Amino acid sequence: MLITELKSKEIIASLVDGKKVFMINCQGCKEVRFPEQESVELRKELAADGKLTGFITTDYICNPENMKLRLQKHMGEIEAADVVLVLSCGVGVQTIAEYLEDKPVYAACDTYPLPGFQGVTPLEYDCDQCGECYLNLTGGICPITACSKSLVNGQCGGCKDGKCEVDSEMECGWERIYRRLAQIGRLDVLKCPTQIRNFATDDEVSK
Amino acid sequence: MKITEAFERGEFAVTAEVGPPKGIHIEGLLEEAKTYLSDITAVNVTDNQSSVMRLGSLGVCKALKDEGLTPIFQLTCRDRNRIALQSDLLSAAMLGIENLLLLTGDHTKMGDHPQAKPVFDLDSVSLIHAVKQLEEGVDLGGNQLVGEPPKFAKGAVVSPCSDSVDAQLAKMERKVRAGADYFQTQAVFEPEKFIKFMEKAKQFGKPVQIGIIIPKSVGMARFMNANVAGVHVPEDMINELKADKEKTKAGITGVEIAARIIRECKPYCQGVHIMALGWESKVPEVLKLAGI
Repeated sequence: MLITELKSKEIIASLVDGKKVFMINCQGCKEVRFPEQESVELRKELAADGKLTGFITTDYICNPENMKLRLQKHMGEIEAADVVLVLSCGVGVQTIAEYLEDKPVYAACDTYPLPGFQGVTPLEYDCDQCGECYLNLTGGICPITACSKSLVNGQCGGCKDGKCEVDSEMECGWERIYRRLAQIGRLDVLKCPTQIRNFATDDEVSK
Repeated sequence: MKITEAFERGEFAVTAEVGPPKGIHIEGLLEEAKTYLSDITAVNVTDNQSSVMRLGSLGVCKALKDEGLTPIFQLTCRDRNRIALQSDLLSAAMLGIENLLLLTGDHTKMGDHPQAKPVFDLDSVSLIHAVKQLEEGVDLGGNQLVGEPPKFAKGAVVSPCSDSVDAQLAKMERKVRAGADYFQTQAVFEPEKFIKFMEKAKQFGKPVQIGIIIPKSVGMARFMNANVAGVHVPEDMINELKADKEKTKAGITGVEIAARIIRECKPYCQGVHIMALGWESKVPEVLKLAGI
């Protein structure tokens, strides 16, 4: 099981500040507990502020073919939006970010693990369920799973010819992140404060 | 002495590194350091370099200090979590070690214990942040230190000839903002790339020491080109090493190449860091030939 929990109001506000928003809710996977009530409230707030260009509530956006079919009808609304806000586990956000490559795609949720089945998650978009989703600082590419050292503050010195020193088959995750941030015009997020991982997200210590 | 004092005096700071042995006898290392490295600004001691388990950096730093040298304690995030890192930093300060080089560290898979768990609880940037916090008397958990906090010269690394140089500059900026005081670079064999890099890096206003490896042989150059990230020995330099086998074997060609790179890049940086990799005895020759 996974739990997806909406990020704080302040964080969501910083993501959508002054922006037109298209909202994607993924509520299909029975292995994931989804913040359904909160998502409705958030959608109403965005609509009331005149920010919402459209929304879709669907399932299994982690399946790229399914996701593309679902989004097709909404491409006009997505075009009209400055950002796409995704309420899903980390896999869903990464699938959308890869598909909408010129659009800033933001994670509205943090994903936490629970014991049991993990749903349908294509392996190429790993989510480590770390409980403090970094995708908004990394252009929708997860630094925890795409970097062999899970670095959260940028590239190490081990990138050779764009590949990871540890595995010559693996593209350097931070090389991908840098390229994508440049593509969506968001290199400024690299100037964010120093990130320090919190390994206590799954218990009360972090609260 | 802190290496930052040398930068502040406008000196061209010279450092070289020594690698602790896989064992407990360091008489040879100390003798070499005293003979060849006693006139330079400071001596780096590597921290389980290339993820190969060796004698610890901190102990060797203390031994060098006792011999009157100025050590730079290299500290990586590969083998220790934030508790152990902060604890070792306090130990360093207690032993009078004032210079740090803070790195993420190679992955465990690169070394002689590939089965080991890679830690990376912190990384180079958050480690610099942690040191800065300790200097302000607070640990990463937000707890107060007892008594006078430690004070260090906080060094960091950057890879100027990397094919991802923009991503490297972005990381360098994060290190500066986290509190890095000075930089040592990955080995440079392409002065024009380094000079270009420095044109962009000078905006950060931090001293940069150019990294130098003395090329020992054609085989070593080819090995680095195939395996070492951020290092590229150009073909004409390899041909130079090929040209006179005896001269290369005697180390003369390598010393000439190293000195030439330093001379060419000196106007653009604030110091040099020599990774001699066993050729510590050649360091004085390199510096002499480079006019330092």
